[in-house]
Amino acid sequence: MKSKRTTRYLQWVPLVAVIPILGACAPDEIARDFDRRSAAEQSYVAPGDFDDYYLFYSGGHSGNVFVAGIPSMRHIVTIPVFTKYPGKGYGYDEVTKELLGDYTWGDIHHPALSKTDGIYDGRWLFVNDNAHNRIARIDLRDFKVKEILGPIPNTSGNHGSSFVTENTEYIMGGTRFSAPIPRGEYAHPEEYEERFNGVITGVQVGQENGEMSVGWQVLTPPFNWDLSSTGKGPSSGWAFFTSYNTEMAHTMLEANASQLDRDLGAAVNWRAAEQAIADGNYTEIDGVPVIDPAEVPGVMYFIPIPKSPHGMDTDPSGQWIVAGGKLDPTATVFSFEKIEAAIEAEDFEDEKRGVPVLTFDSVAEGQVPVGLGPLHTQFDGQGNAYTSMFIDSQVAKWRLPPWTDEEKADLESVVIDKIDVHYNIGHLVAGGSDTREPYGDWLVAMNKHAVGRHLKVGPGIPETSQLIDIRGEEMRMVKEAFTDKEPHFAQILRADKIDPIEVYPRAENTHPHAIWSFDDAEIVRNGDSVEVKMISIRSRFVPDIVDVQVGDTVTFHITNTEQTPGLTHGFGIGEMDISGNIDPGETKTYVVEMDRPGVFPFYCTVFCSALHQEMQGYLSVRPAENSE
Amino acid sequence: MQTFLKKQEIFLRKPLNLWSRLCLIAAAACIGASFLFPLWEIRLVAPQYRDGLELYIYAYQLQAGNDGQHLDEINLLNHYIGMQPIREADFVEMTWIPFAFGIFILLCLRAVVFGRMGNVVDLFVLFAYFGLFSMGNFYYRLYTYGQNLDPRAPMTIEPFTPVLFGTNRIANFTQYSYPDTGSYFLIAFGALLVVAAILSLREKPIDPYETR
Repeated sequence: MKSKRTTRYLQWVPLVAVIPILGACAPDEIARDFDRRSAAEQSYVAPGDFDDYYLFYSGGHSGNVFVAGIPSMRHIVTIPVFTKYPGKGYGYDEVTKELLGDYTWGDIHHPALSKTDGIYDGRWLFVNDNAHNRIARIDLRDFKVKEILGPIPNTSGNHGSSFVTENTEYIMGGTRFSAPIPRGEYAHPEEYEERFNGVITGVQVGQENGEMSVGWQVLTPPFNWDLSSTGKGPSSGWAFFTSYNTEMAHTMLEANASQLDRDLGAAVNWRAAEQAIADGNYTEIDGVPVIDPAEVPGVMYFIPIPKSPHGMDTDPSGQWIVAGGKLDPTATVFSFEKIEAAIEAEDFEDEKRGVPVLTFDSVAEGQVPVGLGPLHTQFDGQGNAYTSMFIDSQVAKWRLPPWTDEEKADLESVVIDKIDVHYNIGHLVAGGSDTREPYGDWLVAMNKHAVGRHLKVGPGIPETSQLIDIRGEEMRMVKEAFTDKEPHFAQILRADKIDPIEVYPRAENTHPHAIWSFDDAEIVRNGDSVEVKMISIRSRFVPDIVDVQVGDTVTFHITNTEQTPGLTHGFGIGEMDISGNIDPGETKTYVVEMDRPGVFPFYCTVFCSALHQEMQGYLSVRPAENSE
Repeated sequence: MQTFLKKQEIFLRKPLNLWSRLCLIAAAACIGASFLFPLWEIRLVAPQYRDGLELYIYAYQLQAGNDGQHLDEINLLNHYIGMQPIREADFVEMTWIPFAFGIFILLCLRAVVFGRMGNVVDLFVLFAYFGLFSMGNFYYRLYTYGQNLDPRAPMTIEPFTPVLFGTNRIANFTQYSYPDTGSYFLIAFGALLVVAAILSLREKPIDPYETR
């Protein structure tokens, strides 16, 4: 009995021995170590397991969309949108060549998931092109671009886009770099105030097929329209925009556009805009019905916002609209109820080119002192807001109104927590923040400067994305990942919201030259034009010898007759600059001009099978008959 | 010997009671049911085909997983080793097996009406023969597919016979071959014939010359 008790005490001996050792380490060092371990567990997704969420990053001027998983932050796939992407054969076949048009790049800033009833419906992802004023629609059934709209007329630098309305009726857009309209019109930048204009654009989305068209535009002074968000609930039917450069400076904007303490944002009633179009209250400019808000009251109101603001985010209830001050250390909260009341009471402090300016003090609920360089705000659906601060390199968590009088007197008191991010955060995204029902568990901070955060890779450094757990009272940094240039905004979608296909069912193939049997493979000459109907299947092309001559235009229609996931076949032609990809069940068309004689190999570029190396053929180009 | 034959004759002349006849009706239904379900399932599993490629052999048709896609995939893979493509049209037995099933149903109903032990014995013997012949035929099919490999195929492998019952490993694939629901109905058919016979064992034989 006694000896047993001794043994029991003895088991504590090692621990007792350890305590002095632990005591020797700094206590916060230990806490950090424990912290680090639990953070690792939180973001760990075992090999073969799936992430809980999709993260759709905009790829900035890479022209791509990056898809990662949350919480692992692993990059899963890249969706090419505005740029040729040989890895996926994008921009080489006739369909994607036409989608891309003549531009070689685009600048994707703001991806937006389609919504039904204010909730992501998992149908489409829209992305804007800030450079060439385009909007692309990606189908989430196959993660491919189905449509590129644009260049949108009369606009220049479609930055405040693509933010979609509650039921994906419209995608909002706005001119960032005002210019004379219609595009192509000349006026010297010195005539900026008189001759330049901005527009706010409502891009209409077909409810069945997602097809986009420019619905209407609202003519504005040459401010620089920056960001936007759409209303919901009480603010349904409205969209809100920030602008900088109310000064209407045309040069050295850095200083000249930073003179006023408040810039003018806009509240746009898009239902009223629709009505104006229906009533014929518009002028057609470059094929687009353009509304002059001075002549159609009720379509647009200006809102003063401190100072050179950036983000303009509507909360899940649709009641609060938060603007980031950028050069003002506050996030200004506007109340939609007050905006409505001010409009009703004609409580205007000014008028700008015939558009009423709402009285700031009447519509602002308060200015929360979040820190330096506030840009964007996201929401967790539990009454909290998260604002990114570029200059402070922090995210501030604070509580949305309603506030008590005591809190209103000292809004510092609604700031709950701040977390360091590394470094110079731009956008941040909380899952479902722009819907009625945010997920409320993860936040991703997208930081512009990753200096010193990664193995050195030369001067072209990547960006960092940091995963932050927002489930607790305090935010916790969980994971850091790196991405190529350059994520701006992102969208998070719960994984079970979509069930993408991995092969194109044969029955859905409507390509007029699709073939499914080797017997139908053929090469048909018609003058100088040669049409090849080809099959690609493990591990061969049928036919694999194509005889043509110099001067021919050869059109390949290649059907990948596989129906097995993962069995994409490539179609690369050496020295002819073709990198094709044909997914299972797909038919693609490539047109190649035979401009010189020789024998050119074509081969499968996508490793497909054990005999993938053998999957090849020859394009045999003999000299033109008349040249001999 | 004489007594044995006599006993046999008495046994075969035993009438089938109501329970036996109900059993036979159930047996006929089993044949009908076996027509609706696959008789055999062959499944090929490999690391890159974790969920397996599935072939279902019915009395009258060949079906494959993923809307038939698995058969195309199996044939595609088999072309690497020079195996002939597996095609439903090659299975001539799929025309006569349904015919045989029809005969079993008719004989079953005949036994219900005639109600003699001898009818059940006939049926059982015929069915046993059918079963053995079909299995032999099936084995021969598998043998033909596995042994006649095109010598010009990209991959040369030792000719083999895919397993009829059980599991087998061929290159990176594990092949599983087992009876499926339809076969269980056929087994139930055989079992019901036996039960029908047992239930009427105590019946008194009917004297064929006795008149009422």
